[in-house]
Amino acid sequence: MDVIKKDFDDFPGEVYQDRSGHSSIIITQIDRFANWARSNSLWPLIFGTSCCAIEMMSAASAKYDWSRFGFEVARASPRQADLIIVAGTITLKMAPVLKRLYDQMPEPKYVIAMGACNITGGPFMTHSYSVVNGIDKIVPVDVFIPGCPPRPEALLHGMIKLQEKIMRSKAFVIEKPKK
Amino acid sequence: MEQTINNRILQSSDDEFIINVGPQHPSTHGVLHLQLRLDGEEIADLKPFLGYIHRGIEKMCESLTYKQFIYLTSRMDYLSAHINNQACCLAIEKSLQVEVPERAKVIRTLMAELTRLASHQLWWGSTGLDMGAVSPFFYAFREREMILEIFEETCGSRLTMNYCVPGGVMNDIHPDFVSKVKKLIQQFKANIHEYDELLTGNPIFQSRTRGVGYLPKEDAISLACSGPVARASGISCDVRKKEPYDAYDRVEFEEIIASEGDCFARYRVRMKEMLESMKIIEQLIDNIPAGDYRAKIKGIIKPPAGEYFQRVETARGELGVFIVSDGSNKPYRVKFRTPNFSNLAALKPMSLGAKIGDLVAIMASLDLIIPDIDR
Repeated sequence: MDVIKKDFDDFPGEVYQDRSGHSSIIITQIDRFANWARSNSLWPLIFGTSCCAIEMMSAASAKYDWSRFGFEVARASPRQADLIIVAGTITLKMAPVLKRLYDQMPEPKYVIAMGACNITGGPFMTHSYSVVNGIDKIVPVDVFIPGCPPRPEALLHGMIKLQEKIMRSKAFVIEKPKK
Repeated sequence: MEQTINNRILQSSDDEFIINVGPQHPSTHGVLHLQLRLDGEEIADLKPFLGYIHRGIEKMCESLTYKQFIYLTSRMDYLSAHINNQACCLAIEKSLQVEVPERAKVIRTLMAELTRLASHQLWWGSTGLDMGAVSPFFYAFREREMILEIFEETCGSRLTMNYCVPGGVMNDIHPDFVSKVKKLIQQFKANIHEYDELLTGNPIFQSRTRGVGYLPKEDAISLACSGPVARASGISCDVRKKEPYDAYDRVEFEEIIASEGDCFARYRVRMKEMLESMKIIEQLIDNIPAGDYRAKIKGIIKPPAGEYFQRVETARGELGVFIVSDGSNKPYRVKFRTPNFSNLAALKPMSLGAKIGDLVAIMASLDLIIPDIDR
């Protein structure tokens, strides 16, 4: 069969098509293909505790529009989500709930810590008695986004960084977080 | 652990069952945990559990100086961040007996009304989302982003502004401020009919909100409700009218009061409040007085020993700031009387006997901000 090579910028691999355009051949690695599919359809869990949730809503709205990158299918149930964007302060009372939500999510799962509160405790780090100083003590975090609250552009940047991280990972090996 | 949980849960009989809503639930607008006792589909009892976002802001204020603790209050009710800061600044100014320049007063009032507008727009969008209509969300954020741009240009932050300081505002307004606000008002007036076409006149929306979540006037008074929730039950409680602060004594606006007390009345009150906010902005935007934007006060604030109280009207109701000073540079005690805490108390009388599906509509009409409840 006579085939020509086609150029697709985003697709990781080589695509060939015959002259009539009816049948195509793809040469790629399973890992790269699975990662490509995974990173472009991340479904976030609707999980906002405070101010950062409003900026997350801004990122979902028409001006910033995170559906350009495949994040628009926000799910209310952790069973259907791949990604948990922790938007807002996590207190000691909320920490078991966050852990439980994370455990309920199916593998592979990713965590974005949005805002200063989730990185170190932020403005509540030193004087508060009830704030968890960094959610990396509870769940493994993939991307940290600084800011109080971060701009929607910062959130999009963080999510694109997560996509790049997924593209580099092994698709069928679950990497356990280091203790 | 087992015993404490047993004491806390509602008791159910054979044909009723207990359902938990939250802490992670999209309709609770945050991390509120509600326990419902259901008789079939009707709500027989309801109990809210708080504290999932309790950050100890009141206690933190005691270990920070007067200028420092103001920034924490923008994390309480983050949609009325500027108004919270304003309340603290007013209380501190009252204690120091500082006269705020006229220019600062007008700028503060303008920003407060823009904040109210942005907050009500977000409420309108999320109410649509809760009722199953997704389009209003995008329409609401169109105008909201314009307001946030003005905030960003003026004080560098989109949401938690920290623009108020004791004695005035942090810096002068941007040269483009007046023209941008005028453009916003023009666009908002041109688009307000879309708001009504999308949601207000929608028969599904009306049938889900009319007659749902009735709050009698007596209950609203006894539960200390404030803001649009109380005004929709026929109580006149606007602090801007009762105790004018900053530049509210020189503007003319109407206090919106409805008497129905249902979800649709609360919806209508907020929609009309947006128009009143625009009226206030239109009156002030052309007459920003010249002069200083900040009064000169000492770097270290030490109010004389005593108790100071200031109340303001946020987008959700009456916020009271109570400061006890012992004469040092840090407050001895700070107490916030937040509007959402008392408005949450109205959830039970509103939803008893209602269907569980109506609970979402009632929560949307209350417009709760959970960090403001827990602090």
